Amino acid sequence: MDLTMIQIILVVIVAFLAGVEGILDEFHFHQPIIACTLIGLVTGELVPCLILGGTLQMIAMGWANIGAAVAPDAALASVASAIILVLGGQGEAGVIPAIAIAVPLAVAGLLLTIIVRTLATGIVHLMDAAAKEGNFRRVDMWHIIAIVMQGLRIAIPAALIVAIGAAPVRDLLTAMPAWLTDGLAVGGGMVVAVGYAMVINMMATREVWPFFAIGFVLATIPSITLLGLGGIGVALALIYLALTKQGGSGGGGNGNTGDPLGKIIDDY
Amino acid sequence: MAEQLKLSKKDRVAIWWRSTFIQGSWNYERMQNGGWAFSMIPAIKRLYKTKEDRAAALQRHLEFFNTHPYVASPIIGVTLALEEERANGAPVDDKAIQGVKVGMMGPLAGIGDPTFWFTVKPILGGLAASLALTGNILGPILYFVLWNLIRMGFTWYTQELGYKAGSKITEDLSGGLLQDITKGASILGMFILGSLVNRWVSVAFAPTVSEVQLDEGAYIDWDELPAGSEGIRTALEQQAAGRSLSETSVTTLQDNLDSLIPGLAGLLITLLCMWLLRKKVSPIAMILGLFAVGIVFHVIGLM
Repeated sequence: MDLTMIQIILVVIVAFLAGVEGILDEFHFHQPIIACTLIGLVTGELVPCLILGGTLQMIAMGWANIGAAVAPDAALASVASAIILVLGGQGEAGVIPAIAIAVPLAVAGLLLTIIVRTLATGIVHLMDAAAKEGNFRRVDMWHIIAIVMQGLRIAIPAALIVAIGAAPVRDLLTAMPAWLTDGLAVGGGMVVAVGYAMVINMMATREVWPFFAIGFVLATIPSITLLGLGGIGVALALIYLALTKQGGSGGGGNGNTGDPLGKIIDDY
Repeated sequence: MAEQLKLSKKDRVAIWWRSTFIQGSWNYERMQNGGWAFSMIPAIKRLYKTKEDRAAALQRHLEFFNTHPYVASPIIGVTLALEEERANGAPVDDKAIQGVKVGMMGPLAGIGDPTFWFTVKPILGGLAASLALTGNILGPILYFVLWNLIRMGFTWYTQELGYKAGSKITEDLSGGLLQDITKGASILGMFILGSLVNRWVSVAFAPTVSEVQLDEGAYIDWDELPAGSEGIRTALEQQAAGRSLSETSVTTLQDNLDSLIPGLAGLLITLLCMWLLRKKVSPIAMILGLFAVGIVFHVIGLM
Protein backbone atom coordinates (compact mmCIF):
# COMPACT_ATOMS: atom_id res chain seq x y z
CA MET A 1 0.00 0.00 0.00
CA ASP A 2 1.31 3.44 -0.90
CA LEU A 3 0.97 6.39 1.44
CA THR A 4 0.21 9.95 0.43
CA MET A 5 2.62 12.74 1.33
CA ILE A 6 0.35 13.98 4.13
CA GLN A 7 0.07 10.48 5.58
CA ILE A 8 3.85 10.10 5.52
CA ILE A 9 4.29 13.40 7.36
CA LEU A 10 1.72 12.37 9.99
CA VAL A 11 3.41 8.98 10.44
CA VAL A 12 6.74 10.72 11.03
CA ILE A 13 5.12 13.05 13.57
CA VAL A 14 3.64 10.10 15.46
CA ALA A 15 7.07 8.43 15.36
CA PHE A 16 8.65 11.59 16.75
CA LEU A 17 6.18 11.72 19.65
CA ALA A 18 6.79 8.05 20.40
CA GLY A 19 10.54 8.63 20.39
CA VAL A 20 10.26 11.54 22.83
CA GLU A 21 8.02 9.54 25.11
CA GLY A 22 10.26 6.49 24.91
CA ILE A 23 12.62 8.39 27.18
CA LEU A 24 10.22 10.67 29.09
CA ASP A 25 7.81 7.88 30.02
CA GLU A 26 5.12 10.42 30.93
CA PHE A 27 2.24 10.65 28.43
CA HIS A 28 2.93 7.15 27.09
CA PHE A 29 2.72 7.86 23.37
CA HIS A 30 5.35 5.15 22.97
CA GLN A 31 3.22 2.37 24.45
CA PRO A 32 2.28 -0.01 21.63
CA ILE A 33 -1.42 0.40 22.24
CA ILE A 34 -1.19 4.17 21.69
CA ALA A 35 1.58 4.33 19.06
CA CYS A 36 0.20 1.57 16.79
CA THR A 37 -3.32 3.00 17.05
CA LEU A 38 -2.12 6.47 16.07
CA ILE A 39 -0.22 5.07 13.07
CA GLY A 40 -3.36 3.17 12.10
CA LEU A 41 -5.45 6.31 12.51
CA VAL A 42 -3.30 8.46 10.21
CA THR A 43 -2.91 5.77 7.54
CA GLY A 44 -6.53 4.64 7.54
CA GLU A 45 -5.65 1.10 8.64
CA LEU A 46 -7.13 1.54 12.11
CA VAL A 47 -8.41 -1.94 12.97
CA PRO A 48 -5.33 -4.04 12.04
CA CYS A 49 -3.07 -1.54 13.83
CA LEU A 50 -5.35 -1.56 16.87
CA ILE A 51 -5.03 -5.34 17.05
CA LEU A 52 -1.26 -5.13 16.57
CA GLY A 53 -1.08 -2.55 19.35
CA GLY A 54 -3.12 -4.69 21.72
CA THR A 55 -0.99 -7.76 21.04
CA LEU A 56 2.30 -5.91 21.43
CA GLN A 57 1.02 -4.26 24.61
CA MET A 58 0.52 -7.70 26.12
CA ILE A 59 4.07 -8.71 25.13
CA ALA A 60 5.56 -5.47 26.43
CA MET A 61 3.70 -5.66 29.75
CA GLY A 62 6.79 -5.96 31.91
CA TRP A 63 9.12 -3.73 29.89
CA ALA A 64 10.10 -0.81 32.09
CA ASN A 65 12.99 1.59 32.47
CA ILE A 66 14.40 0.88 35.90
CA GLY A 67 17.38 2.71 37.28
CA ALA A 68 19.86 3.18 34.51
CA ALA A 69 18.70 0.14 32.57
CA VAL A 70 16.58 0.70 29.50
CA ALA A 71 13.93 -1.82 28.59
CA PRO A 72 13.64 -3.17 25.06
CA ASP A 73 12.47 -0.19 23.10
CA ALA A 74 8.69 -0.23 22.81
CA ALA A 75 8.70 2.97 20.74
CA LEU A 76 10.68 1.68 17.76
CA ALA A 77 9.05 -1.74 18.01
CA SER A 78 5.51 -0.39 17.82
CA VAL A 79 6.07 2.40 15.30
CA ALA A 80 8.16 0.33 12.90
CA SER A 81 6.03 -2.80 13.08
CA ALA A 82 2.87 -0.73 12.52
CA ILE A 83 4.41 0.94 9.46
CA ILE A 84 5.53 -2.44 8.11
CA LEU A 85 2.02 -3.80 8.70
CA VAL A 86 0.48 -0.90 6.79
CA LEU A 87 3.02 -1.08 3.94
CA GLY A 88 2.54 -4.85 3.66
CA GLY A 89 -1.14 -4.24 2.97
CA GLN A 90 -2.25 -7.62 4.30
CA GLY A 91 -4.66 -6.19 6.87
CA GLU A 92 -5.27 -8.28 9.95
CA ALA A 93 -3.39 -11.24 8.45
CA GLY A 94 -0.22 -9.18 8.58
CA VAL A 95 -0.31 -8.74 12.37
CA ILE A 96 1.65 -11.88 13.28
CA PRO A 97 4.58 -11.31 10.86
CA ALA A 98 4.69 -7.68 11.99
CA ILE A 99 5.11 -8.84 15.59
CA ALA A 100 7.95 -11.16 14.58
CA ILE A 101 9.73 -8.09 13.23
CA ALA A 102 8.85 -5.95 16.24
CA VAL A 103 10.90 -7.86 18.80
CA PRO A 104 14.31 -7.57 17.06
CA LEU A 105 13.41 -3.94 16.39
CA ALA A 106 12.94 -3.42 20.11
CA VAL A 107 16.52 -4.56 20.64
CA ALA A 108 17.80 -2.39 17.79
CA GLY A 109 15.96 0.54 19.39
CA LEU A 110 17.84 -0.15 22.60
CA LEU A 111 21.07 0.36 20.69
CA LEU A 112 19.83 3.73 19.39
CA THR A 113 18.83 4.73 22.92
CA ILE A 114 22.32 3.96 24.19
CA ILE A 115 23.80 6.12 21.43
CA VAL A 116 21.47 9.04 22.17
CA ARG A 117 22.08 8.82 25.92
CA THR A 118 25.82 8.94 25.30
CA LEU A 119 25.38 11.97 23.04
CA ALA A 120 23.29 13.58 25.79
CA THR A 121 26.34 13.36 28.05
CA GLY A 122 27.98 15.90 25.75
CA ILE A 123 24.85 18.05 25.93
CA VAL A 124 24.88 18.30 29.73
CA HIS A 125 28.42 19.62 29.51
CA LEU A 126 27.11 22.38 27.25
CA MET A 127 24.42 22.95 29.90
CA ASP A 128 27.17 23.21 32.52
CA ALA A 129 28.81 25.94 30.47
CA ALA A 130 25.50 27.79 30.11
CA ALA A 131 24.86 27.42 33.86
CA LYS A 132 28.23 28.94 34.66
CA GLU A 133 27.04 32.10 32.91
CA GLY A 134 23.61 31.94 34.52
CA ASN A 135 22.09 31.71 31.05
CA PHE A 136 18.60 30.21 31.53
CA ARG A 137 17.67 30.34 27.89
CA ARG A 138 20.67 28.26 26.82
CA VAL A 139 20.04 25.64 29.52
CA ASP A 140 16.43 25.41 28.30
CA MET A 141 17.56 25.25 24.70
CA TRP A 142 19.99 22.37 25.22
CA HIS A 143 17.42 20.43 27.21
CA ILE A 144 14.91 20.83 24.39
CA ILE A 145 17.55 19.82 21.82
CA ALA A 146 18.16 16.65 23.83
CA ILE A 147 14.41 15.93 23.75
CA VAL A 148 14.30 16.52 19.99
CA MET A 149 17.21 14.08 19.59
CA GLN A 150 15.13 11.43 21.33
CA GLY A 151 12.26 12.12 18.95
CA LEU A 152 14.50 11.87 15.89
CA ARG A 153 15.78 8.54 17.22
CA ILE A 154 12.43 7.05 16.12
CA ALA A 155 11.32 9.56 13.49
CA ILE A 156 14.36 8.97 11.24
CA PRO A 157 14.12 5.16 11.21
CA ALA A 158 10.36 5.49 10.61
CA ALA A 159 10.94 7.76 7.62
CA LEU A 160 13.60 5.37 6.32
CA ILE A 161 11.25 2.39 6.53
CA VAL A 162 8.58 4.30 4.63
CA ALA A 163 11.18 5.27 2.03
CA ILE A 164 12.84 1.91 1.41
CA GLY A 165 9.94 -0.47 2.04
CA ALA A 166 9.59 -3.39 4.39
CA ALA A 167 11.81 -6.13 2.93
CA PRO A 168 15.26 -4.46 3.12
CA VAL A 169 14.53 -3.59 6.78
CA ARG A 170 14.13 -7.23 7.64
CA ASP A 171 17.46 -8.09 5.98
CA LEU A 172 19.25 -5.30 7.79
CA LEU A 173 18.02 -6.44 11.18
CA THR A 174 19.21 -9.98 10.81
CA ALA A 175 22.62 -8.65 9.73
CA MET A 176 23.27 -6.86 13.03
CA PRO A 177 25.83 -8.96 14.93
CA ALA A 178 24.85 -10.25 18.36
CA TRP A 179 28.31 -9.60 19.81
CA LEU A 180 27.82 -5.87 19.26
CA THR A 181 24.38 -5.59 20.85
CA ASP A 182 25.21 -7.93 23.74
CA GLY A 183 28.57 -6.25 24.36
CA LEU A 184 26.95 -2.83 24.51
CA ALA A 185 24.44 -4.16 27.01
CA VAL A 186 27.31 -5.42 29.17
CA GLY A 187 28.93 -1.99 29.00
CA GLY A 188 25.62 -0.31 29.82
CA GLY A 189 25.47 -2.26 33.07
CA MET A 190 28.79 -0.82 34.15
CA VAL A 191 28.65 2.82 33.08
CA VAL A 192 26.22 3.80 35.86
CA ALA A 193 29.23 3.48 38.18
CA VAL A 194 30.58 6.74 36.74
CA GLY A 195 27.54 8.66 38.00
CA TYR A 196 27.67 7.10 41.45
CA ALA A 197 31.40 7.82 41.68
CA MET A 198 30.73 11.52 41.04
CA VAL A 199 28.18 11.81 43.87
CA ILE A 200 30.31 9.81 46.29
CA ASN A 201 33.27 12.08 45.56
CA MET A 202 31.06 15.00 46.51
CA MET A 203 29.44 13.66 49.67
CA ALA A 204 32.08 11.44 51.17
CA THR A 205 33.75 12.38 54.44
CA ARG A 206 35.59 10.15 56.89
CA GLU A 207 32.53 10.35 59.14
CA VAL A 208 29.98 8.96 56.67
CA TRP A 209 32.01 6.24 54.88
CA PRO A 210 30.94 3.51 57.34
CA PHE A 211 27.34 4.09 56.29
CA PHE A 212 28.31 3.42 52.68
CA ALA A 213 29.75 0.09 53.80
CA ILE A 214 26.61 -0.83 55.74
CA GLY A 215 24.42 0.07 52.78
CA PHE A 216 26.56 -1.98 50.43
CA VAL A 217 26.49 -5.05 52.63
CA LEU A 218 22.77 -4.88 53.40
CA ALA A 219 21.96 -4.55 49.69
CA THR A 220 23.32 -8.07 49.14
CA ILE A 221 20.23 -9.40 50.91
CA PRO A 222 17.79 -9.57 48.02
CA SER A 223 14.67 -9.68 50.17
CA ILE A 224 15.25 -6.14 51.49
CA THR A 225 13.61 -3.75 49.01
CA LEU A 226 14.99 -0.30 48.29
CA LEU A 227 12.18 1.09 50.41
CA GLY A 228 13.26 -1.13 53.28
CA LEU A 229 16.85 0.01 52.82
CA GLY A 230 15.59 3.58 52.97
CA GLY A 231 13.93 2.84 56.31
CA ILE A 232 17.15 1.37 57.70
CA GLY A 233 19.11 4.35 56.40
CA VAL A 234 16.76 6.86 58.07
CA ALA A 235 16.89 4.92 61.33
CA LEU A 236 20.72 4.78 61.25
CA ALA A 237 20.94 8.50 60.61
CA LEU A 238 18.58 9.27 63.49
CA ILE A 239 20.43 6.96 65.86
CA TYR A 240 23.77 8.46 64.89
CA LEU A 241 22.52 12.02 65.38
CA ALA A 242 21.01 11.17 68.75
CA LEU A 243 24.21 9.46 69.92
CA THR A 244 26.53 12.27 68.80
CA LYS A 245 24.39 14.74 70.79
CA GLN A 246 24.95 12.80 73.99
CA GLY A 247 28.67 12.42 73.32
CA GLY A 248 29.58 14.45 76.41
CA SER A 249 27.38 12.57 78.83
CA GLY A 250 29.42 9.39 78.66
CA GLY A 251 27.64 6.15 79.29
CA GLY A 252 24.47 7.81 80.51
CA GLY A 253 22.68 7.41 77.21
CA ASN A 254 20.52 4.49 78.22
CA GLY A 255 17.47 6.52 79.12
CA ASN A 256 17.19 7.74 75.59
CA THR A 257 17.14 4.53 73.56
CA GLY A 258 13.45 4.75 72.75
CA ASP A 259 13.87 8.12 71.09
CA PRO A 260 14.86 7.39 67.48
CA LEU A 261 11.79 5.26 66.94
CA GLY A 262 9.61 7.89 68.60
CA LYS A 263 11.09 10.51 66.34
CA ILE A 264 10.35 8.49 63.24
CA ILE A 265 6.77 8.05 64.37
CA ASP A 266 6.48 11.77 65.13
CA ASP A 267 7.78 12.62 61.68
CA TYR A 268 5.02 10.73 60.03
CA MET B 1 16.12 42.84 55.53
CA ALA B 2 14.11 42.64 52.38
CA GLU B 3 10.69 41.04 52.30
CA GLN B 4 10.45 37.25 52.36
CA LEU B 5 10.97 35.65 48.96
CA LYS B 6 8.19 33.22 48.21
CA LEU B 7 7.29 30.94 45.31
CA SER B 8 3.85 31.67 43.93
CA LYS B 9 1.40 28.98 42.92
CA LYS B 10 2.03 29.96 39.32
CA ASP B 11 5.75 29.23 39.77
CA ARG B 12 4.96 25.85 41.26
CA VAL B 13 2.63 24.98 38.40
CA ALA B 14 5.34 25.97 35.91
CA ILE B 15 7.84 23.77 37.74
CA TRP B 16 5.36 20.90 37.80
CA TRP B 17 4.81 21.20 34.04
CA ARG B 18 8.54 21.37 33.36
CA SER B 19 9.16 18.31 35.52
CA THR B 20 7.21 16.34 32.91
CA PHE B 21 10.38 16.58 30.82
CA ILE B 22 12.76 15.54 33.59
CA GLN B 23 14.13 12.61 31.60
CA GLY B 24 14.53 14.59 28.37
CA SER B 25 18.32 14.90 28.53
CA TRP B 26 18.90 11.59 30.32
CA ASN B 27 22.58 10.80 30.03
CA TYR B 28 25.07 8.24 31.27
CA GLU B 29 27.07 10.71 33.29
CA ARG B 30 24.58 12.42 35.62
CA MET B 31 21.30 10.88 34.39
CA GLN B 32 18.30 13.19 35.06
CA ASN B 33 20.40 16.22 36.03
CA GLY B 34 19.56 18.30 32.96
CA GLY B 35 15.84 17.75 33.37
CA TRP B 36 16.10 18.52 37.06
CA ALA B 37 17.79 21.88 36.39
CA PHE B 38 15.24 22.54 33.62
CA SER B 39 12.46 21.97 36.18
CA MET B 40 14.02 24.23 38.82
CA ILE B 41 14.49 27.22 36.51
CA PRO B 42 11.22 29.05 37.40
CA ALA B 43 12.17 28.81 41.09
CA ILE B 44 15.72 30.03 40.50
CA LYS B 45 14.40 32.98 38.49
CA ARG B 46 12.03 33.93 41.30
CA LEU B 47 14.44 33.43 44.22
CA TYR B 48 17.77 34.74 42.96
CA LYS B 49 18.33 38.04 41.27
CA THR B 50 22.08 38.43 40.77
CA LYS B 51 23.86 36.69 37.94
CA GLU B 52 26.30 35.00 40.32
CA ASP B 53 23.53 33.55 42.51
CA ARG B 54 21.64 32.34 39.47
CA ALA B 55 24.73 30.70 37.98
CA ALA B 56 25.53 29.01 41.30
CA ALA B 57 21.95 27.74 41.64
CA LEU B 58 21.92 26.35 38.10
CA GLN B 59 25.23 24.61 38.68
CA ARG B 60 24.19 22.99 41.94
CA HIS B 61 21.03 21.65 40.29
CA LEU B 62 23.04 20.09 37.47
CA GLU B 63 24.48 17.55 39.91
CA PHE B 64 23.74 13.85 39.50
CA PHE B 65 20.12 12.86 39.99
CA ASN B 66 18.09 9.81 39.07
CA THR B 67 14.85 8.35 40.31
CA HIS B 68 11.50 7.19 38.99
CA PRO B 69 10.27 10.20 36.96
CA TYR B 70 6.97 10.57 38.84
CA VAL B 71 8.31 10.34 42.40
CA ALA B 72 10.82 13.07 41.50
CA SER B 73 7.90 15.43 42.24
CA PRO B 74 7.93 15.16 46.07
CA ILE B 75 11.72 15.59 45.98
CA ILE B 76 11.29 18.70 43.85
CA GLY B 77 8.77 19.98 46.42
CA VAL B 78 11.19 19.56 49.34
CA THR B 79 14.04 21.07 47.34
CA LEU B 80 11.89 24.10 46.48
CA ALA B 81 11.28 24.69 50.19
CA LEU B 82 15.00 24.38 50.94
CA GLU B 83 15.91 26.79 48.14
CA GLU B 84 13.32 29.25 49.40
CA GLU B 85 14.89 29.18 52.87
CA ARG B 86 18.35 29.56 51.40
CA ALA B 87 17.30 32.55 49.32
CA ASN B 88 15.92 34.11 52.52
CA GLY B 89 19.28 33.76 54.23
CA ALA B 90 19.06 30.40 56.02
CA PRO B 91 22.35 28.45 56.10
CA VAL B 92 21.33 25.68 53.69
CA ASP B 93 24.48 24.60 51.88
CA ASP B 94 24.98 22.70 48.62
CA LYS B 95 25.70 19.50 50.50
CA ALA B 96 22.38 19.65 52.36
CA ILE B 97 20.45 20.07 49.12
CA GLN B 98 22.36 17.32 47.31
CA GLY B 99 22.06 15.10 50.40
CA VAL B 100 18.28 15.51 50.53
CA LYS B 101 18.00 14.73 46.81
CA VAL B 102 20.20 11.63 46.95
CA GLY B 103 18.72 10.44 50.22
CA MET B 104 15.17 10.59 48.86
CA MET B 105 15.71 9.36 45.32
CA GLY B 106 16.63 5.74 46.06
CA PRO B 107 13.83 4.83 48.46
CA LEU B 108 11.25 6.75 46.41
CA ALA B 109 12.33 4.97 43.22
CA GLY B 110 11.66 1.85 45.26
CA ILE B 111 8.05 3.02 45.58
CA GLY B 112 7.62 4.36 42.06
CA ASP B 113 8.89 1.38 40.09
CA PRO B 114 6.62 -1.29 41.58
CA THR B 115 3.61 1.03 41.88
CA PHE B 116 3.57 2.52 38.39
CA TRP B 117 5.51 0.13 36.19
CA PHE B 118 4.41 -3.14 37.74
CA THR B 119 0.94 -2.41 39.11
CA VAL B 120 -0.88 0.46 37.40
CA LYS B 121 0.62 -0.05 33.94
CA PRO B 122 -0.08 -3.79 33.60
CA ILE B 123 -3.62 -3.35 34.92
CA LEU B 124 -4.50 -0.49 32.57
CA GLY B 125 -2.48 -2.03 29.73
CA GLY B 126 -4.12 -5.42 30.10
CA LEU B 127 -7.60 -3.92 30.18
CA ALA B 128 -6.94 -1.66 27.20
CA ALA B 129 -5.20 -4.39 25.20
CA SER B 130 -8.07 -6.82 25.63
CA LEU B 131 -10.45 -4.15 24.32
CA ALA B 132 -8.11 -3.34 21.42
CA LEU B 133 -7.81 -7.00 20.40
CA THR B 134 -11.52 -6.99 19.60
CA GLY B 135 -10.96 -3.91 17.43
CA ASN B 136 -12.45 -1.53 19.99
CA ILE B 137 -10.96 1.98 19.81
CA LEU B 138 -12.01 2.60 23.43
CA GLY B 139 -9.01 0.54 24.55
CA PRO B 140 -6.27 3.03 23.71
CA ILE B 141 -8.43 6.02 24.64
CA LEU B 142 -9.14 4.56 28.05
CA TYR B 143 -5.46 3.81 28.62
CA PHE B 144 -4.31 7.27 27.60
CA VAL B 145 -6.86 9.22 29.64
CA LEU B 146 -6.63 7.15 32.83
CA TRP B 147 -2.85 6.89 32.80
CA ASN B 148 -2.36 10.62 32.41
CA LEU B 149 -5.01 11.52 34.99
CA ILE B 150 -3.34 9.29 37.56
CA ARG B 151 0.14 10.53 36.68
CA MET B 152 -0.63 14.25 36.65
CA GLY B 153 -2.69 14.05 39.83
CA PHE B 154 0.06 12.17 41.60
CA THR B 155 2.91 14.47 40.55
CA TRP B 156 1.09 17.72 41.39
CA TYR B 157 -0.23 16.53 44.74
CA THR B 158 3.09 15.08 45.93
CA GLN B 159 5.06 18.13 44.78
CA GLU B 160 2.80 20.33 46.91
CA LEU B 161 3.08 17.88 49.80
CA GLY B 162 6.89 17.93 49.63
CA TYR B 163 6.91 21.72 49.41
CA LYS B 164 4.80 22.09 52.55
CA ALA B 165 6.71 19.46 54.52
CA GLY B 166 10.00 21.02 53.40
CA SER B 167 9.04 24.44 54.73
CA LYS B 168 8.29 22.93 58.09
CA ILE B 169 11.69 21.24 58.24
CA THR B 170 13.48 24.53 57.78
CA GLU B 171 11.26 26.59 60.14
CA ASP B 172 12.96 25.37 63.30
CA LEU B 173 16.49 26.65 62.84
CA SER B 174 17.23 27.36 66.50
CA GLY B 175 17.32 23.72 67.52
CA GLY B 176 20.08 23.01 65.06
CA LEU B 177 17.56 20.89 63.16
CA LEU B 178 18.95 22.03 59.85
CA GLN B 179 22.48 20.96 60.74
CA ASP B 180 21.08 17.63 61.85
CA ILE B 181 19.28 17.26 58.55
CA THR B 182 22.43 18.15 56.63
CA LYS B 183 24.42 15.50 58.41
CA GLY B 184 21.55 13.03 58.47
CA ALA B 185 21.02 13.52 54.75
CA SER B 186 24.65 12.78 53.93
CA ILE B 187 24.53 9.69 56.14
CA LEU B 188 21.37 8.51 54.40
CA GLY B 189 22.83 9.49 51.03
CA MET B 190 25.99 7.46 51.52
CA PHE B 191 24.03 4.52 52.88
CA ILE B 192 21.74 4.50 49.84
CA LEU B 193 24.67 4.98 47.46
CA GLY B 194 26.32 1.94 48.99
CA SER B 195 23.25 -0.14 48.27
CA LEU B 196 22.73 1.32 44.79
CA VAL B 197 26.30 0.51 43.80
CA ASN B 198 25.62 -3.04 44.86
CA ARG B 199 22.24 -3.38 43.13
CA TRP B 200 22.49 -1.25 40.00
CA VAL B 201 26.05 -1.56 38.77
CA SER B 202 25.77 -4.89 37.02
CA VAL B 203 28.83 -6.90 36.15
CA ALA B 204 28.72 -10.63 35.44
CA PHE B 205 31.76 -12.72 34.61
CA ALA B 206 30.90 -15.60 32.35
CA PRO B 207 33.84 -18.06 32.38
CA THR B 208 33.20 -21.47 33.83
CA VAL B 209 35.45 -22.26 36.74
CA SER B 210 34.45 -25.83 37.33
CA GLU B 211 32.08 -28.43 35.98
CA VAL B 212 31.35 -31.22 38.42
CA GLN B 213 29.67 -34.49 37.51
CA LEU B 214 26.84 -34.95 40.01
CA ASP B 215 26.10 -38.24 41.79
CA GLU B 216 23.22 -40.35 40.64
CA GLY B 217 20.03 -39.20 42.34
CA ALA B 218 21.24 -35.61 42.65
CA TYR B 219 19.92 -34.75 39.21
CA ILE B 220 16.76 -35.49 37.24
CA ASP B 221 17.31 -38.55 35.05
CA TRP B 222 15.38 -37.47 31.97
CA ASP B 223 15.58 -40.88 30.28
CA GLU B 224 13.81 -42.66 33.10
CA LEU B 225 10.84 -40.33 33.45
CA PRO B 226 7.37 -41.69 32.65
CA ALA B 227 5.99 -40.57 29.30
CA GLY B 228 3.57 -37.70 28.74
CA SER B 229 2.24 -35.33 31.35
CA GLU B 230 3.06 -37.79 34.10
CA GLY B 231 6.74 -37.29 33.23
CA ILE B 232 6.47 -33.52 33.46
CA ARG B 233 4.88 -33.87 36.88
CA THR B 234 7.61 -36.18 38.12
CA ALA B 235 10.29 -33.86 36.80
CA LEU B 236 8.77 -30.85 38.53
CA GLU B 237 8.43 -32.78 41.76
CA GLN B 238 12.04 -33.88 41.59
CA GLN B 239 13.19 -30.34 40.90
CA ALA B 240 11.20 -29.09 43.88
CA ALA B 241 12.90 -31.76 45.95
CA GLY B 242 16.20 -30.11 45.10
CA ARG B 243 17.44 -32.19 42.19
CA SER B 244 19.54 -30.48 39.56
CA LEU B 245 18.27 -30.11 35.98
CA SER B 246 21.48 -31.39 34.39
CA GLU B 247 24.03 -34.04 35.22
CA THR B 248 26.75 -31.53 35.90
CA SER B 249 26.95 -28.64 38.34
CA VAL B 250 28.43 -25.60 36.59
CA THR B 251 30.19 -22.93 38.62
CA THR B 252 31.01 -19.67 36.82
CA LEU B 253 33.58 -17.15 37.96
CA GLN B 254 30.67 -14.90 38.96
CA ASP B 255 29.26 -17.58 41.28
CA ASN B 256 32.60 -17.74 43.04
CA LEU B 257 32.79 -13.97 43.38
CA ASP B 258 29.22 -13.87 44.68
CA SER B 259 29.95 -16.38 47.37
CA LEU B 260 32.84 -14.16 48.47
CA ILE B 261 31.28 -10.68 48.23
CA PRO B 262 28.22 -10.13 46.00
CA GLY B 263 28.57 -6.91 44.03
CA LEU B 264 32.33 -6.74 44.56
CA ALA B 265 33.06 -6.10 40.88
CA GLY B 266 30.57 -3.21 40.80
CA LEU B 267 32.18 -1.73 43.90
CA LEU B 268 35.66 -2.00 42.40
CA ILE B 269 34.51 -0.30 39.20
CA THR B 270 32.93 2.50 41.25
CA LEU B 271 36.10 2.97 43.30
CA LEU B 272 38.16 2.96 40.11
CA CYS B 273 35.89 5.64 38.63
CA MET B 274 36.22 7.77 41.80
CA TRP B 275 39.99 7.49 41.60
CA LEU B 276 40.02 8.38 37.90
CA LEU B 277 37.73 11.37 38.55
CA ARG B 278 40.14 12.66 41.16
CA LYS B 279 42.90 12.25 38.59
CA LYS B 280 40.79 14.59 36.40
CA VAL B 281 39.94 11.94 33.80
CA SER B 282 36.93 13.08 31.77
CA PRO B 283 33.70 11.20 32.64
CA ILE B 284 32.89 10.92 28.93
CA ALA B 285 36.16 9.11 28.30
CA MET B 286 35.32 6.76 31.17
CA ILE B 287 31.83 6.05 29.78
CA LEU B 288 33.10 5.31 26.29
CA GLY B 289 35.90 3.25 27.81
CA LEU B 290 33.44 1.14 29.81
CA PHE B 291 31.37 0.47 26.68
CA ALA B 292 34.52 -0.57 24.84
CA VAL B 293 35.50 -2.83 27.73
CA GLY B 294 32.00 -4.31 27.70
CA ILE B 295 32.23 -5.19 23.99
CA VAL B 296 35.79 -6.53 24.19
CA PHE B 297 35.14 -8.63 27.32
CA HIS B 298 31.94 -9.98 25.81
CA VAL B 299 33.68 -10.93 22.57
CA ILE B 300 36.51 -12.77 24.35
CA GLY B 301 33.89 -14.52 26.49
CA LEU B 302 34.83 -13.01 29.83
CA MET B 303 31.47 -11.32 30.47
